[in-house]
Amino acid sequence: MKHDMKLALAAVLGIGVLAAGVADSAAQAEEKLKVGFIYVGPIGDHGWSYQHDQGRLAIEKALGEKVQTSYLEKVPEGADAERALERLARSGHKLIFATSFGYMDSVIKVAKRYPDVKFEHATGYKRAKNVSIYSARFYEGRYIIGKIAAKMSKKGMAGYIASFPIPEVVRGINSFMLGAQSVNPDFKIKVVWVNSWYDPGKEADAAKVLIAQGADILTQHTDSAAPMQVAQEKGILAFGQASDMIKFGPKAQLTAVIDDWAPYYVQRAKDVLDGKWQSQDTWGGLASGMVKMAPYTNMPDDVKKMAQETEEAIRSGKLHPFTGPIYDQDGKLRAKEGEALSDKVLLGMNWYVKGIDDKLPK
Amino acid sequence: MMVLEKRAAPSRWWSIGAPLLALGMAVVLGALLFAVLGHAPSRALYVYFVEPLTSAWSLEELAVKATPLMLIGAGLALAYRANVWNIGAEGQLIMGAIAGSAIPILLPGWNDALAMLAMLLLGAAGGAAYAAIPAWLKNRFNTNEILTSLMLVYVAGLFLDWLVRGPWRDPMGFNFPKSVAFDGWHVLPTLTGRVHLGFVLALLAVLILWVIVHHMRAGLAVRVQGIAPRAARFGGFSAPSITLGVMLFSGALAGLAGIGEVAGAIGHLQPSISPGYGFAAIIVAVLGRLSPIGVVFAAFLLALTYLGGEAAQLALNMPAKVAQAFQGLLLFLILAAEVLVHYRIRWRGRAHGAARARQGGGA
Repeated sequence: MKHDMKLALAAVLGIGVLAAGVADSAAQAEEKLKVGFIYVGPIGDHGWSYQHDQGRLAIEKALGEKVQTSYLEKVPEGADAERALERLARSGHKLIFATSFGYMDSVIKVAKRYPDVKFEHATGYKRAKNVSIYSARFYEGRYIIGKIAAKMSKKGMAGYIASFPIPEVVRGINSFMLGAQSVNPDFKIKVVWVNSWYDPGKEADAAKVLIAQGADILTQHTDSAAPMQVAQEKGILAFGQASDMIKFGPKAQLTAVIDDWAPYYVQRAKDVLDGKWQSQDTWGGLASGMVKMAPYTNMPDDVKKMAQETEEAIRSGKLHPFTGPIYDQDGKLRAKEGEALSDKVLLGMNWYVKGIDDKLPK
Repeated sequence: MMVLEKRAAPSRWWSIGAPLLALGMAVVLGALLFAVLGHAPSRALYVYFVEPLTSAWSLEELAVKATPLMLIGAGLALAYRANVWNIGAEGQLIMGAIAGSAIPILLPGWNDALAMLAMLLLGAAGGAAYAAIPAWLKNRFNTNEILTSLMLVYVAGLFLDWLVRGPWRDPMGFNFPKSVAFDGWHVLPTLTGRVHLGFVLALLAVLILWVIVHHMRAGLAVRVQGIAPRAARFGGFSAPSITLGVMLFSGALAGLAGIGEVAGAIGHLQPSISPGYGFAAIIVAVLGRLSPIGVVFAAFLLALTYLGGEAAQLALNMPAKVAQAFQGLLLFLILAAEVLVHYRIRWRGRAHGAARARQGGGA
């Protein structure tokens, strides 16, 4: 008898637990615009995914009660991405940001199934009626840091930690080199490909190898702060990536090329609220504020002044980093004197400019 | 003091009781973990374990996620029965995906049912051929297959990386590392939602495993080889052919899982095609006690923890790491509880004399 009581009690408890769960999810807000994000890394990477999450928080701050945001982090770029996107769409998210290149085909597939949900895909090239694409002209910032590197490096050589040889990364290396060559035509770059966006261990190893090979300035196109920490330890200089990494290298960081997605994200959420959202292709740079420079530190005033002037010239449109004459590694003329490369050429860039001592993995 | 004492035969009672006990402990510890981190435990557990089972869509997704785990797990179960430790299923998966993708990428014009069959066969062959390397090394040089099969995983990953950045890159893809998109017969047909033909193949693989284990002489050979290699030799079973056989079997199924992912769930070849299914399937095989039906349950359980973790992230804003930690906790407890099937716990001191008396009696 006593036994039965216990059983009944347990059963009731069990049902109670389940019911509480159901009631909870039903009580969620219905009126708000739900905005969803998927990130390729953890939001604690202090780089790429972290900056996107800052954009999410900015939406919450700017639009307050009118929105509700959520995210899925560390979503692999494969079969899982499609499920993650569909999960967001099914749970009532009407605006979804997919923040890595590898999500491209999954976004297109899911967008087809949910025509009334708006999708925003970062750094890809496939669009649809309800899929916008957006990216930032990071190369503008890289031109500035190239100039700084050429001024600050005693050995005239920078180490470049690169992720994958896709056009965005190759463009960054070229822009950095063109900036450096405008100061020192004999400047050298050593490139190490780590084949990952986020791998603190590998990035730190690459940094050590580059220093051993004679680089006294590091720059990176990967997402962790590990190279900055190595630079700080070894007493050399470095540039932050994606976010301001000054706390990882107070003595090492010269500046950082910051991705600031916040204004764009807030605008897009507003557009949905106002019923004005349309599929578009955005490629913002210093002028629109999508790319920002961290404070110029650990450098003399004349270098700082040069950096600020370059930044201003690019922002105002007076200077385009890819202005001819530009020759590639084989000596072929790619841009004539005074001519700037078109966006189309920049978007498909798979060649190095003259002077880079590295072969592109083909 | 607590001591473990081996049972004469596995306990029938605990073979069912152990996983239930583990589940109970996981629920209690999980609730504690969630409460400490400020999430309502009842809601978290509901979202994690129950919600994924409440809609047709998430049941379909469960099947999609379980498909490669089941395929690979079935293969590994047979290998592990023979004490052949194939740890490199991830590499065999990649090689199968590459071999199968050769048809849509190199022969895009051949697009009919036969082409799809050829893709599947090539996928299985690619995985099997890659698994044959550690098998051959073991038979010929007595190398440790744990090391060789594991190291070959990284070789396969880099080979795939090179292919999609180089010769197999989509010429219209702005140099991005990805092959052309598969279409028509190059994509596995779906049954419902995203559940594709691979799921049927996975169930078939489990059935084949069952037939081998319970109804074929080969199954007996594998079991004897695993339990008592010397006895196997006296029984006329050849150790090298058993090693090669189970490696080919597990490699082929991993390869099939690879081409299934690429032609079923993803739709093109890209640098990363699996979030570690080849390694997760090791857990599936062991969790399923190397039995066919066990593999099915384990694959679905593991799939559930992935989906539940994702659901918890979204519904509760729980960090991915907490969901992963809970997944680890659950798997650890289940594997740890298995000890009760084969051992009993004794408290030395009180039962000391009795235990010794029994030992003495047996000697």
